[in-house]
Amino acid sequence: MVERICLVVLGGITLSILLSAYRVLRGPTVPDRIIALDNISINLVAAIIVISIRARSAMYIDVALVLAVLSFLGTVAAARYLLAGTPIDGRPTDS
Amino acid sequence: MDVPPTLEIIMSGLLLLGLFFLLTGTFGLLRLKDVYSRMHATSKSSTFGVAGVLLAAVFDSRVLDLHSGLKEGLLLGFLFLTVPISAHMIARAAYRTGVSMWLGGVVDELEEWEDEQREEEGQTDAASPPTTDVP
Repeated sequence: MVERICLVVLGGITLSILLSAYRVLRGPTVPDRIIALDNISINLVAAIIVISIRARSAMYIDVALVLAVLSFLGTVAAARYLLAGTPIDGRPTDS
Repeated sequence: MDVPPTLEIIMSGLLLLGLFFLLTGTFGLLRLKDVYSRMHATSKSSTFGVAGVLLAAVFDSRVLDLHSGLKEGLLLGFLFLTVPISAHMIARAAYRTGVSMWLGGVVDELEEWEDEQREEEGQTDAASPPTTDVP
């Protein structure tokens, strides 16, 4: 039963990622796209955890942890780039 | 090696609850009007969706005696810490770069507050340039 529910949840997460990709492509401003990409990566973390339930394996949790860290760093770097013209401390590139 | 049926029902409910919250966040991302409300929708409900799925994973691993489930807890704590931070940073970047709000029924309290600050500074020191706290 849980395996079947896992398949359903994976399908729903795929649908959610596709709908977020629509916002990435169409979103009128740059922060819209950043929010949609952040939503996609959180959905991917959830999908990897569902895969780990299905596969009865603990290794996928490490993958999800690394993906969560990378998505947080990417979002912060994109927001800082938008705000200050440079992702990390340094001189702005657009002068 | 089998999961008892009561726990199967609980796990399925948690998984479906997580899926419901994830889909709600994406629906808000699609349908809401401006950047700030979209960020408001996705950050909270996506965190809850991942929390539901993670709780199901913790139940599964504890019952099947695969591993302790501490990594799931670590991931859950990390998400509850970082998702509001990243949403706050995106909102601040959007506000500072001048992304406008939806025109219907919006109170911009930050702009009012900044106006008050500017007036107070103008009363105390008229020659000071406008301060920018952008890092």
